[in-house]
Amino acid sequence: MSIEFETPKPIAQQQFVLKTVAEEMMRSVSREMDENEHAIPYSYIEFMHAAMKATGAGSLAPKDEKKEEDPNKPKRPPIGYQLLAHMLEMLSWGDVGMYLVTPGGGLGAAAVEAAASPEQKRKFLARFGEEKPTFAAMCMTEPGAGSDTSAIKTTAVLDEKTNEWVINGEKIFVTAGHKSMVADEKFGKGFIVVWASIDPAAGRSGMRGFVIEAGTPGATVTKLEHKMGIRASDTAAISLVDVRVPFDHVLGSPTVEKATEKGFKKAMATFDATRPLVAATGIGVARAALEFVKEKLSENGIEVRYGLPRNKLTNIERDVIDMEIMLRSGWLMIIKAVWMADNAKPNALESSMSKVKAGDVTSRITQKAVEIMGPLGYSREFLLEKWFRDAKITDIYEGTGQINRLVVARQILGYSGRELR
Amino acid sequence: MYSFEPNEEQQMLLEAVGRYAENDLRPAGHDAEEEGILPEKVVNKGWELGLLQASVPEEYGGFGERSAVTGVLAIEEMAYGDLAGTLAVNVPSLFVTPILLAGSEEQKKEYIPPVIEMDWQPYTAALIEYALDFDPLELKTTAKAEGDSYVLNGEKAFVPFAKEAEAMLVYANLDGQTQGFIVPKAVAGLSVRDEAEKLMSLNALPTYRVKLENVKVPRTNRLGGEAGHDFQPVLAAMRVALAAMAVGVSRAAFEYSRDYAKEREVFGVKVAQKQAIAFMLAEMATEIEAIRMLTWEAAWKLDTGKEDAFKDAYLAATGAADMAMLVTDRAVQILGGYGYIREYPVEMWMRNGRGFAMLTGLAIL
Repeated sequence: MSIEFETPKPIAQQQFVLKTVAEEMMRSVSREMDENEHAIPYSYIEFMHAAMKATGAGSLAPKDEKKEEDPNKPKRPPIGYQLLAHMLEMLSWGDVGMYLVTPGGGLGAAAVEAAASPEQKRKFLARFGEEKPTFAAMCMTEPGAGSDTSAIKTTAVLDEKTNEWVINGEKIFVTAGHKSMVADEKFGKGFIVVWASIDPAAGRSGMRGFVIEAGTPGATVTKLEHKMGIRASDTAAISLVDVRVPFDHVLGSPTVEKATEKGFKKAMATFDATRPLVAATGIGVARAALEFVKEKLSENGIEVRYGLPRNKLTNIERDVIDMEIMLRSGWLMIIKAVWMADNAKPNALESSMSKVKAGDVTSRITQKAVEIMGPLGYSREFLLEKWFRDAKITDIYEGTGQINRLVVARQILGYSGRELR
Repeated sequence: MYSFEPNEEQQMLLEAVGRYAENDLRPAGHDAEEEGILPEKVVNKGWELGLLQASVPEEYGGFGERSAVTGVLAIEEMAYGDLAGTLAVNVPSLFVTPILLAGSEEQKKEYIPPVIEMDWQPYTAALIEYALDFDPLELKTTAKAEGDSYVLNGEKAFVPFAKEAEAMLVYANLDGQTQGFIVPKAVAGLSVRDEAEKLMSLNALPTYRVKLENVKVPRTNRLGGEAGHDFQPVLAAMRVALAAMAVGVSRAAFEYSRDYAKEREVFGVKVAQKQAIAFMLAEMATEIEAIRMLTWEAAWKLDTGKEDAFKDAYLAATGAADMAMLVTDRAVQILGGYGYIREYPVEMWMRNGRGFAMLTGLAIL
């Protein structure tokens, strides 16, 4: 081991291809998708499905890398999460709203990857490699339970006569919820993973994920949100009224292990893995904004003079230099967090730190970029104002900046949730 | 490939430097700052760790190879102990490392072994000038070719150990380029002010104003020989050194204020259990880690000769100066009134913290 920052070759090759995708298939329709909220970018979706069904790249969990090892070659360390982080960054540089409708399972498949048995994985994940693009979504948030996921009121009760789980509740802010649950002849049959309590008295230890297939009676998309940004991405409210699913649709143990929080921790483990990936999407947007600013400055004859003492720089130069520092350091924190995930090192701290940083960096860079560009920044003629709107979600979803600060603080102080509320 | 784990050799070095920082530098640092003197034995012990010696190849009297990555790892760890002490221990690098990076073969053979084969001796360098618009790339001190010599004129500031220095590298403006010149002790026209500089911190590091009035050095004393040298790699090596030290000092301030916050009671709980304080600590830890990564990458790029290495070293140093100010300021804030009292170390770290924006030239890796 040593300290190295060389982008692995397979990643560099992937990025080369993805940059073209981002430019040709995303940027070209970015504005149209933003102006027509809930329009579906079929050509992007179908292209990504065709290109990536072999690799399963739409899931936020990396593929198993155990296959076809050549015993004569030196063993390569796994880079699955590193690949994903780079991919998400580049696609989000293209258009983060469209990235969010990449087929392949997203957070729903990631939850199955994290918490399901091998049989369940085969049962639920095979569809993403089939002919039609297919979606899955994760349903955690409720009207009364956002970051405080222990306040979840959705319940799952086992009907022992039929050996089915009966699920009741209301979920909101479900990314790709509509595409996962509503039939569209161009898409395959999707599912949602609903987090519900099998024993409300048990608190967090009673929380489980349940797979609900599209078309299951009682599971209805009731609303599509209208948002500040990421408008290509459908954000659904889903009502669950006496939804019945087979017994083996529960992820993890069907009984409550008292005095442990295992059930809930499984949900949280999904977040440890996916936080740096979501952070990477923000960094992609921020990079787009910063590159745009530098390009426009250059067109106007303003070149940033690197290497000068701070007090000799112009205000714009200082801003751009600060933005570069934020962007690169934020990105490197993500790389470290996913490198740890790939190498099976516990990364709860690094993962949350990278999300804290990315939330700040993405908001500040896009906000500053609009300011620097003046009227050009505020006009819808350019995509910059859209990136400003898209960027803000980074500091909100997958744990707000504040929740992640709490997670970081508990880690560095060695405090439990009880000691630091 | 990406990798974030120091190799075995680096880990061993880090352990040794860490022990020194904790057991020697930190305990000595407070009194050294108050009294203005760092004990000689602490300096000697730091020198014996061999950071510089290990970065010089055998042919010039050392036992290793220069690595900016190893350098930033080690210097962060040392600065975690005490900044003034770290600067003092590493002063001979100011003379040796630029020669190693940019000197001619003759210069390497002549000047490096006498420094690194001996005990710690004051060999130094003069870059900073006492001016609001000081810029290492536009120096006011001039060098002019005259016959077989270069003639140097100007005034330098913050030159560590200038008074006793056996020799120093003086950076001067030669036809618009920053170039180094090897200036021996007591050459005619070189005068060091009697009184040491009085700075906001770094009291234990004696620094001086140095005047050059028609100082003549042979042409062979130009760094790199007749052809001179590119100053950028030297400047970049100075910048990553400062960035790594900023990370070390910030980590010291962060850890101290974190531990304090876990002890101090308010309203029936520890003050760290208040989100107002806990969030400050979370942000301090995050910013330190961000700049540490930026510094590592810049150092790695210098080692591997990446084309944007110099720019990245600049970004790392710039980001580090801001980060160190933010983190050390908050550390003082977390200690409240005690933070402002000199009995506690954090106010000194805050004074250290401000220095990283203007002390380029006081350290090099």
